[in-house]
Amino acid sequence: MISTQLPAIVLLLTLLSAPVCSMIRNGDNAWKLAMCSVWLSVAAACALMAQVWGGNNISYHMGGWAPPWGIEVRIDELSALVVILITLFGALVISALRESLRTVMRSHRHSLYYATFLLCMSSLIGITITGDAFNVFVFLEISSLSTYALIARGRDRRALIAAFRYLIMGTIGATFILIAIGFMYMVTGTLNMADLAQRLPEHTDNRVIQASFAFFTVGIALKVAVFPLHYWLPSAYTYAPKATTAFLAATATKVSLYVMIRFVFDVYGVEFSFSQMKLDVLLIPMSIAGILIASLTAVFQSDVKRLLAWSSVAQLSYMVLGMALLNLNGLTASITHMFNHAMIKAGLFLTLAAMIYRVGSSQLRDLAGIGRSMPITTAAFVILGAGLVGIPLTAGFVSKWYLISAALDKDWVWLAALLIISSLMALVYIGKIVDVAYFKEAPTEHQAVRDVPVTILIPCWAFALLTIYFGLDTRATAGVADRIAHSLLGIAS
Amino acid sequence: MLAGLFNYWVVIILMMAGLYVVMSSRHLVKKIVGLNIFQTAVFILFISMGAVDGGTAPILVEGTTLYSNPLPHVLILTAIVVGVATTALGLAIAVRIYEAYDSVDEEDIAAMDTEDRRQENAVTTVTNTPS
Repeated sequence: MISTQLPAIVLLLTLLSAPVCSMIRNGDNAWKLAMCSVWLSVAAACALMAQVWGGNNISYHMGGWAPPWGIEVRIDELSALVVILITLFGALVISALRESLRTVMRSHRHSLYYATFLLCMSSLIGITITGDAFNVFVFLEISSLSTYALIARGRDRRALIAAFRYLIMGTIGATFILIAIGFMYMVTGTLNMADLAQRLPEHTDNRVIQASFAFFTVGIALKVAVFPLHYWLPSAYTYAPKATTAFLAATATKVSLYVMIRFVFDVYGVEFSFSQMKLDVLLIPMSIAGILIASLTAVFQSDVKRLLAWSSVAQLSYMVLGMALLNLNGLTASITHMFNHAMIKAGLFLTLAAMIYRVGSSQLRDLAGIGRSMPITTAAFVILGAGLVGIPLTAGFVSKWYLISAALDKDWVWLAALLIISSLMALVYIGKIVDVAYFKEAPTEHQAVRDVPVTILIPCWAFALLTIYFGLDTRATAGVADRIAHSLLGIAS
Repeated sequence: MLAGLFNYWVVIILMMAGLYVVMSSRHLVKKIVGLNIFQTAVFILFISMGAVDGGTAPILVEGTTLYSNPLPHVLILTAIVVGVATTALGLAIAVRIYEAYDSVDEEDIAAMDTEDRRQENAVTTVTNTPS
């Protein structure tokens, strides 16, 4: 009985525990509740994946109202994968959060922080599983609002400005999506995504639908931080509280990318988006520029947090590029990289948070000699860094392999070369950190630095080990992504 | 032509005015005001599309058979709540910015941030010289 209700359970666990958390005065108790609910969500997400494995899509009718009148929850392998991404990586970050918050915030504030975190998580899950276009907008706004609040909690006063700028950009983006949904409703009279997908092909010559597509593309590109609409991202990631950055980097942009894939391929349809509206002509040059410029900018950063944030812009461009190449390998690369990069970047930000926990700064010069004073933490950072560069036997290699294959499938040797060059740039900026960490003398004030408590170490190492695991066993990532790519492109596997 | 699409012309004018204020104003609170105007334009767009010529409010009354479409109106109720929440959060952050910087002018704040970063880098050069 419980298994048929899973789609509702996975959403409600975090959604309902958020207000309860905010009412608990003791921060530690709130943390325990948050831990319970997120790890239960991980279990529920895995159970969902088991149900849809192999292509048995679930359609769940909220409150028993049949679609298209009622709100439908639709889960296929793609949404199950994204739900696992959100819950698992969110849960790992929350596990480290208690120790990490202790140094920065007075304990009676902790429960509110956990509540905001849970709210953000549940709304991201909501975006992923809903089958209703208007629900996507509402959940998107809930997740954005909680994200702004989380970023504004950063210690530096520049966090406030970063949050404010993100609020302006994010609201414009979300309102554009709302306009797009309104236009679609105007023409088709429905908000159910499956229903829209059936009715839209009759109206492809309608100017209103074309305008709706344009509004949607710009709005979601702002949320995904597609170059050149990435302006909010580096500051937001740099000044957000340290462990929170790990969660945001893993989930917020990835879920937006999921919405982009879902709408472009499923709702508007491949034929309309690419053959008629020429989305690839727009996205391919933008993402190539994003990869090169953001990687180059990352190389010259002296603040490691900002460096990793710029690297995120470049990696997101990889995913958009894979999608825009519009072939099987490209789409597989995009979806695999969505998962792998979420894992790697969350791990990197979390290990960096562990270093800041001891050293008190993310400036490169303060991390000198940290490889000797915090050997276990730094080792995890090196493994994750190798994953980011795409060294074989790590998860990053798998997705870059597919992406380069996709470029070669198109006979674009120059693009494959560019991708290798950008990977070398990643090697340079990760190498720069590793060099400072192992081969520079520690400044005198950091001589007493030692490894972080085990409660932070375990999540860091979980990310590092998962990076190696998914580099070796690709059934759950590339295997699923391949099946999804077949179904999105409408090719029989 | 103009009369039949009057609402939509209003929407376009409000939307552009709102976006212009968001982009051109240096004052953070004015940016929020612009954002509100922009969002309100979208609300009017939705409400106008739900209107049916000669239709009344969708409440069952004896003698009427023509009703306006209530669905867009309900959607906009939700969107208004979202908009109010965004405004509240934006203003709250603006207050915190005023407390931290003693200014709500974007360019003044940017200048202070540049100064902060210059100082961070200055420390770098000092610590690097001995080694």
